[in-house]
Amino acid sequence: MQSLLPLLVGAMVAASVYLMLCRDLIRFIFGLVLASNAVNLLILAAGRADVLSPPLIARGQSVPGQAMANALPQALILTAIVIGFALLAFVFVLFYRAYQELGTVDSEAMRTAESDPDDASAEVDG
Amino acid sequence: MASVNSLHSHSTGKAGWLPALLPLVIFVIAATRVPANAAGEHLHWTLPWVPSLGVGLGITVDGLSLLFVLIVSLVGAAVFLFAGAYLGDHPQRLRFYGLLTAFMVSMLGLVLVDNLLALFVFWELTTLTSYLLIGFEHHLEGARFNARQALLTTGAGGLVMLAGILMLAEMGGSSDISHLVTQADRLRRHPLYLPTLACLFAGALTKSAQFPFHFWLPNAMSAPTPISAFLHSATMVKAGIYLLARLHPVLGGTPAWMATLVVLGAMTTLWGALLAVSQRDLKRMLAYTTVMALGVMTMFLGGRTTPTLTAAMTFLMVHALYKSALFLVVGTIDHQAGSRDLHQLGGLGRVMPLTGLAATGAALSMAGFPLFFGFIGKEIMYQGALAEDLFPDFATGVALVANALMTAVAGIIVMCVFAGGLRFPGERPREAGWAMWLGPLLLGALGVFFGICPDWVGRHLIEPAVVAFHPQADEIHLKLFHGFNLPLLLSVVTLTLGVVGYFGRRPLARIIAAVEKGLPVSADGAYARLLDLTATLAEKHTRIVQNGSLQRYLTVIFVAVALASGWPMMKAGLGFGPLMAGFDAPTTVEALLGLIILAALTVVVAAGSRLLAVCALGVVGAGSAMIFLWHGAPDVALTQLLVETLTVIIVALVLLRLPPLPRPLSSPRRRVFNAVLSLAVGLVLAGWLTAVTAGDLDRGVTAYYEAYSAVKAHGRNIVNVILVDFRSFDTLGEIIVVAVAGLAGYGLIRRRT
Repeated sequence: MQSLLPLLVGAMVAASVYLMLCRDLIRFIFGLVLASNAVNLLILAAGRADVLSPPLIARGQSVPGQAMANALPQALILTAIVIGFALLAFVFVLFYRAYQELGTVDSEAMRTAESDPDDASAEVDG
Repeated sequence: MASVNSLHSHSTGKAGWLPALLPLVIFVIAATRVPANAAGEHLHWTLPWVPSLGVGLGITVDGLSLLFVLIVSLVGAAVFLFAGAYLGDHPQRLRFYGLLTAFMVSMLGLVLVDNLLALFVFWELTTLTSYLLIGFEHHLEGARFNARQALLTTGAGGLVMLAGILMLAEMGGSSDISHLVTQADRLRRHPLYLPTLACLFAGALTKSAQFPFHFWLPNAMSAPTPISAFLHSATMVKAGIYLLARLHPVLGGTPAWMATLVVLGAMTTLWGALLAVSQRDLKRMLAYTTVMALGVMTMFLGGRTTPTLTAAMTFLMVHALYKSALFLVVGTIDHQAGSRDLHQLGGLGRVMPLTGLAATGAALSMAGFPLFFGFIGKEIMYQGALAEDLFPDFATGVALVANALMTAVAGIIVMCVFAGGLRFPGERPREAGWAMWLGPLLLGALGVFFGICPDWVGRHLIEPAVVAFHPQADEIHLKLFHGFNLPLLLSVVTLTLGVVGYFGRRPLARIIAAVEKGLPVSADGAYARLLDLTATLAEKHTRIVQNGSLQRYLTVIFVAVALASGWPMMKAGLGFGPLMAGFDAPTTVEALLGLIILAALTVVVAAGSRLLAVCALGVVGAGSAMIFLWHGAPDVALTQLLVETLTVIIVALVLLRLPPLPRPLSSPRRRVFNAVLSLAVGLVLAGWLTAVTAGDLDRGVTAYYEAYSAVKAHGRNIVNVILVDFRSFDTLGEIIVVAVAGLAGYGLIRRRT
């Protein structure tokens, strides 16, 4: 899959960028999820995605006996997955709140949110 | 005048004279150096400051520095003494003394350092303290405006000057003035000579309020009077003059140098002198004569003969003495009589005899009466003007007009304010306390003393100062009486013209006011328009670049990504075609996985329903998990599946509360652009990733983990060991990120309830 994986990552990034450039925030969220997935695969590909056994050391041995998958990118991906999830969860809540406050999912219509201090102060309820 | 009323206080603060001790001590120390200095003995210390940049803090005490130190400390002592009484119990007098002391130290540093970069630092420090002192009465809008104007004008000039200093240091190989002097011939022929000169002039001429930057100085007079006397007449504004003198042996004497300084100096002189006569406010009147005096010094520093440069230094001294005395006198009048308006004052000499005496002494020196230092200054000025290399007749004419108008101004101050019938706006004024009249009186007396023994001043102060920047100086003779010659004749003409100007001051003022009104542009107006223009440009720029549109920001980012990483890829010959040459065919399982993911991606992009899109997202996530599993990463695959499930659940939860998926909001043309842009980004990324994976991989770090995972960390799952042992702090950081995101999300939701 050495040659296929980069193409797949490229396709996921392209889909993600297209969705993020849409004006509605719902598609933006989809784009963000895809971007998060694409980055994980990118790390895997950069660490050489060979088809090998998992990086485990057999019982009774102190060092691995045969060639095994690269453990370092796997550790990085695990970290990335968790942090990516935390980010996504926060962004979902943020968008949900933005929709509640502003009543629209059109990001262009949200631009005016900052320029009207009177309205904003009416919404702040401590 | 409101500014002064708030300062007005009859009780003199206790021990108000105490702060005057510091400048007095400095003055005494400097004065003891005078004889040795006159004998040609210069002090020089060096201490390393920024050795990596070759910036040493060299301190040089030569004639020029010593003259400035004497002026700064002497006027400083008088001003500190005066301020103690003037401020009285002002609640912020400590801030005042602190700033004034900070200014004095900066000014002393400016005239003592040898390195131009160090000089620049002190230069900017004087600009900053000047800004804070002009805006001392910061509750007044006018004071704030004027402080900002002075800061912007001199600060901008200072920055341009820094560019000039850097160019000069680059050309000359060092920023030490003592080194640059040895390179003078080479520097004057250097192709960058003119730009460097222009930059340095920008600094010096803004600081010394030369045309067309003269406007800030009269406005800076909104500061309390001691500040005007100290910074804006006797010392800080002369920093530009000092710099011109210091650079004279490095860059001076060329046609560009002479023409610029003589023409701009002359324009400043004439304009300042004319405006001075037409003022009603005594302080503004003195402010314009200061502008005029600075013009005269600039004009003379444009020359290159000994008499011309001597005239500049002599006038510098003359002016510092009488002008600071006059400013302090005006401050006293303001303090005691409650006004600075010529039309409201008269006959004050009867009630304030000592102040009147000081004013008269200073004014006679300013008018250039015989036996006063001003007379010597005027004689040498005419000698200097006649000896100019460039336009001597023009310079003499300008000096004549300027001196005549100065005589008229001196007459106005003495005759209209101190002589005649007693007039005052409020309660009957009394003589001020000793702290207020002592300084001006001493400064005035010094003018008489120097006027009587000019020979001593010439040998001990003026000549060493001139020699410091004009090494080939011939003998300099300051004399009481030079014999019947052209300068004497010009002096007589000056006095006559001055008397005419004094009596004709009212029509003259009307004419000047009419001319001023008739001018198409004013410097103040140009300054205001420039500020407006800057604000307008900033607003337009912000509206275009930071318009709040998420779509525009993302477009800019992605276009930048595509270009910045696509362009080098093309240049390096890593085009997509060559990379695909080594394409190895995927196995059936891999191809199937790839196809499933591609199909799911298409559904996410094209879906018209939220549910369908979320399902397709789940398919992409699960597909990724399969890829991980296929490549020997079961742990990652497991986590990916779990997290993907959670993500889909949260997305679905959020979507339930959001409206249905809207029809695409962008126009069809915009969508085509988006598609092209996203394909470009994806293509560039895939290309780079292919290029990266085609190279060799350094497995050194992995090899270390593999070798020691079981031996040192006693774990057989290497990925696990990396996360919880080798890189456990990374994992801790990760947990903190998750916790913070969770807390922030919770906070957002909770606020609504």
